[in-house]
Amino acid sequence: MNASDMSPDRDDSAPPARSNREGLRDLVANASVMVCCGSGGVGKTTTAAVLAMEAARIGRRSVVVTIDPAKRLADALGLDGLGNEAHAVSGEWPGSMSALMLDTNATFDDLVAQYAGSSEQAAKILANRFYRNIAGALSGTQEYMATEKLYALHNSDEFDIVIVDTPPTRNALDFLDAPGRLTRFLDHRLYRLVTAPGRGVVRAVGVATQRFLRSAGKVVGGEVIADAIAFFQAFDGMEEGFKDRARAVDRLLSDPGTAFVLVASAKRDTVQEAEFFADRLRDSRIDVRALILNRMHPQFGDGEPDADVEESIRTAGSEWALLHTNRAQLNAIARSERTQVAGLLDAVSSAIVVDVPLLPFDVHDIATLDQLAGELFGRTR
Amino acid sequence: MDPGQFFTAPRVTIVAGKGGVGKTTVTAALAAVAARRGLSVLVVDIDGKSTLPSLFGGDESPLGYDDRIISPGGAGHGEIRARTMDPDEALLDYLEDHGLRRIAKRLSQSGAIDMVATATPGIKDVLILGKIKQLERSRTADVILVDAPAAGHAISFLRSAGGLLDAVAVGPIETQAREVLAMLSDSTRCQVMLVALPEETPVNELIDTAYSLEDDIGIALGPIVMNGLLPHLELEGIDARDAFETCATAPAADERELESLNAAATFRRHRQELQHDQLQRLSDTLPLAQLRLPFVFTADLGPSELSQLADEMVASIGNLSLADLGRAPQDTA
Repeated sequence: MNASDMSPDRDDSAPPARSNREGLRDLVANASVMVCCGSGGVGKTTTAAVLAMEAARIGRRSVVVTIDPAKRLADALGLDGLGNEAHAVSGEWPGSMSALMLDTNATFDDLVAQYAGSSEQAAKILANRFYRNIAGALSGTQEYMATEKLYALHNSDEFDIVIVDTPPTRNALDFLDAPGRLTRFLDHRLYRLVTAPGRGVVRAVGVATQRFLRSAGKVVGGEVIADAIAFFQAFDGMEEGFKDRARAVDRLLSDPGTAFVLVASAKRDTVQEAEFFADRLRDSRIDVRALILNRMHPQFGDGEPDADVEESIRTAGSEWALLHTNRAQLNAIARSERTQVAGLLDAVSSAIVVDVPLLPFDVHDIATLDQLAGELFGRTR
Repeated sequence: MDPGQFFTAPRVTIVAGKGGVGKTTVTAALAAVAARRGLSVLVVDIDGKSTLPSLFGGDESPLGYDDRIISPGGAGHGEIRARTMDPDEALLDYLEDHGLRRIAKRLSQSGAIDMVATATPGIKDVLILGKIKQLERSRTADVILVDAPAAGHAISFLRSAGGLLDAVAVGPIETQAREVLAMLSDSTRCQVMLVALPEETPVNELIDTAYSLEDDIGIALGPIVMNGLLPHLELEGIDARDAFETCATAPAADERELESLNAAATFRRHRQELQHDQLQRLSDTLPLAQLRLPFVFTADLGPSELSQLADEMVASIGNLSLADLGRAPQDTA
């Protein structure tokens, strides 16, 4: 079975000394943070786990932050509800691999405890009903907490490399946009108005805001609005701490030691998402360091389906014809997939591109993760 | 079963499944089948970044908040319209409807809307379902297909009304939530069709989702749609060298050629086996009828591929019986 090399054309123009797979190994050997981005359903979580495993294999202490792993994979990584802390994944590696499944609520609680002025303030917030809603109701909170966890693990000195899966949102850009949403939410003029209604020059606007809140309360329930106001009053003073933290996280994401890895498959919608993402990163002056194309149909022989189709027609009814029909169909898929990803390859022109063939087995335990690693890093088994 | 019969009740079908399984394609195929039977169709895309228009050809610009015709009716064909429903827009509209017009717009930049949404978790989803309920009641189309948010979000989407009622909702929003629940739990008005690929993880997720939906929410499940099924080629026991030698008219073939034919056959056999195992596991675990759609041998789908899929969907529906849908004969009207 010949896995197709996705970048022969690009290799002609720039003379890389090493193959793409070697480039990916170097990235795993040197990065301090790797962020796996892309649409839902492309295999990000599995890719993140494999990158962490490879880091362990080459002697580094790695940790992978998963968001919503499939149950069997979660079990294989020992993630069955063991809280928000990283714990070791058992395996024979020169380095070590740890894993955790992000608990958005717990991460937020930790931040509150850290930045509250007193334990009373923290307790008041943690008990507030509106606060308890934020993690689930305000989109972007999960992304914010994922970057927060990344930051905390990076600073802990327990690990050499932190690999982050990103939430399976429809819009891959949420990961970059969303954290700002939470910080703005927590620190907005409106909330100053809410918490300090009578103050001087803003009195007029304050009154209108209060009228809005009363009316909103009639529509959705007065108690819940009161909970919201109580939350912002309790949170008063903590905005600066959160903003500082968010800025530090931003700096880490722009650091040269942080590698953004884009994961895609050859479906039109995931390719489009990936293109948008690469463009957005470029706007923030960040390059996609690697593009991983998952579930690519392999090519067989020279990949010319027409010759196969002719042959199958000519020798129709024979087993020989059937073999050619089969090969023609499979190569047609492979060719179509390559056309689909062509634009994406242009969008990430400076990145390492590695394609992973569609595997004849499901990846959901250490053994199959290891086989996938073999494919990704070009090791013969 | 005749496709016309399939679509008469319930009027609303929510198409749900993990990201990447082809919900949009399945929704488009269902729409095409209904339209062929002369039924008018409205497709509602919740996520708002739909590839649906490209499946029908014509204007490929993104769907908007107003209906757009993506497949014209005429000559026995029903019209297919499509629109998105943006959750933030839905909440803004709702506040405006309740006399909060000017101020809601002015404060929407300031996060006031986010505050209201966070105070009442699930409110945007309830409002979207409320709009769908309105469309269903007003008979704006014969068939309403909802392309649901992906994966776990579909469950929280459908749980939103119950959640809101549990969380002390009062006033107008409580009424909305109750009416939405009434629609969701009435199998003659609404059903969910789950979609999966014939692979282990998608099938696992489908099974989990099916049980959650039935047990927690009490929503009716229509047939499952298994998408991307590789057509079966009977390659068992076939070897390239033997095939070559028994085929009198085969031209010369070197070792590499035979190897690649064998490798391709092995790949195909593995995929078919995996697929078969998953379909069997699904049948054994969930007593739901299955509709089956084939893999389409191009990554870029357009109108001719959609037509092919619609043909397959018609054939698949044809194999269903009323008993498959858990309906007694008098339930169809």
